[in-house]
Amino acid sequence: MEVQASTTIESAVKMIDVKKTFDGKEYVLKGLNLDIKKGSITAIIGFSGTGKSVCLKHILGLYKPTSGKIEVLGRDLESMSKDELTKFRQEFGVLFQSAALFDDMTVLENVCFPLFEHRRDLNFEEVEKIAKEKLHNVDLDPKHFGKLPSQISGGMQKRTGLARALALDPEILIYDEPTTGLDPILTEMVDDLIVSTHKRRPGTTSIMVSHDLYAAFRIADTVAMLDAGKVLLVGTPEDFYKSEIELVKRFVSKGIKH
Amino acid sequence: MELAGGISQKFKGFVTEVGQMSIMLGRSIRLVFAKPSRTVEIFKHMEFIGNQSVGIISLTSLFTGLALSFQVYLGFKIVNATNLVGPTVALGIFRELGPVLTGLIVAARAGGAMAARLGTMKVNEQIDALDVMGVNTVQYLISPRIVAAFICMPMLTAIFDFVAMVGSWFLCVVLVDLDQAVFLDRINQTVELKHILEGLFKSAVFGIIFALICSYKGYNTTGGAKGVGEATNRGVVISMVMIIVLDYFLTNMIRAYYVFSGDVM
Repeated sequence: MEVQASTTIESAVKMIDVKKTFDGKEYVLKGLNLDIKKGSITAIIGFSGTGKSVCLKHILGLYKPTSGKIEVLGRDLESMSKDELTKFRQEFGVLFQSAALFDDMTVLENVCFPLFEHRRDLNFEEVEKIAKEKLHNVDLDPKHFGKLPSQISGGMQKRTGLARALALDPEILIYDEPTTGLDPILTEMVDDLIVSTHKRRPGTTSIMVSHDLYAAFRIADTVAMLDAGKVLLVGTPEDFYKSEIELVKRFVSKGIKH
Repeated sequence: MELAGGISQKFKGFVTEVGQMSIMLGRSIRLVFAKPSRTVEIFKHMEFIGNQSVGIISLTSLFTGLALSFQVYLGFKIVNATNLVGPTVALGIFRELGPVLTGLIVAARAGGAMAARLGTMKVNEQIDALDVMGVNTVQYLISPRIVAAFICMPMLTAIFDFVAMVGSWFLCVVLVDLDQAVFLDRINQTVELKHILEGLFKSAVFGIIFALICSYKGYNTTGGAKGVGEATNRGVVISMVMIIVLDYFLTNMIRAYYVFSGDVM
């Protein structure tokens, strides 16, 4: 059951019949259609190896599709030059699975980094002020600002990663497996952080890639399930509970164990 | 048949890798002049590659000068030509041992660290993070390392040359009691500026080579901690082999240049 991308004007991301092969033989994405609305929290879920990460890298413009079209905030990624794409990526904020903080920089320096890179009109004090504000927004205690990532806990690293992702006030926030490998308490903390960040920034589109169904249903207002490089089902969490698709039923029954 | 297939596969892999490294080098050189300027990064890497290598370079060069001079002295004593120890050692150091040993030592120390650092950044998604932040990772991570190695290697080689010659002087004049005036005079008569510049030119090339290979290996690391170890190992080993292989070809190139320009070596 393939869900076609509708032609919504208020789309943040629109993927139309996207196919991707790396070796010219085997297709990782096999005609993927996905429409992510502006201002929504969308979770992309699926079993391992179904193309979630590849889909994400296409949205970020890190991969080019073999065929098909990808529009992000109304702009066709394919038509952009490398420099345009690099500049366009400022519209994204990404929280990585491992937080991906720069380990030779302090917490504060990590958040300052994207500002130093892209807001050269700001002076040092202004950059630091914005960075501190972002860290405050993710509830990180100022006593940790001067510490290296290795000196803070996993939860604090996630907060710092999120503050860094928010530094340039992006239009689209992407969470790549944000709770994988975390204990239940930290998982809930990260989930709450995603929701509160979204509420604080109305209009921002949040996209979460996860295989944590519990978190996806708790946070997202739209869930897209991928299978074998295609979208199997898009809908609300309720649509998933009611779905008669065998694979969805299996995923839901195995995924909700918390 | 299977062996032939394996060899062909390895050769194909080698050619692909050389091609990718060449592209990376081309991009790195082009991006040195692109905005935003990465001067701070270049100085940071110069401090690591250059300043932090001075101690180890000085120590190894001192003992290289001592050992080489002693061996040359023992050999030349047989034919009663000990007054040629100074210029022989000087030419050997300036043209060959200085750039090659400096290249090998710095490739092992700084090149290994480069590959490990970039490899760790890769497996911890830090390079991906830079990419999605709209930072050109080749310009931010690779170009400054190559430029820093290119600038620092001739300086380190100059230090190596000087300290090795101090070692040579110490052995010849102080330990085996050769005449200081003859030792210095013979060097003055034989060694020309071009011999020193020849070594410095080689070392600048070695700097580009080890920084490129180690950065490439680190930047393309896959497979977690094991992958970082492998990338570091391969980066250092390939750099060292390439320095020695390239040294031979550079020596021939320089020789050909002298011949064509009518200069007597």
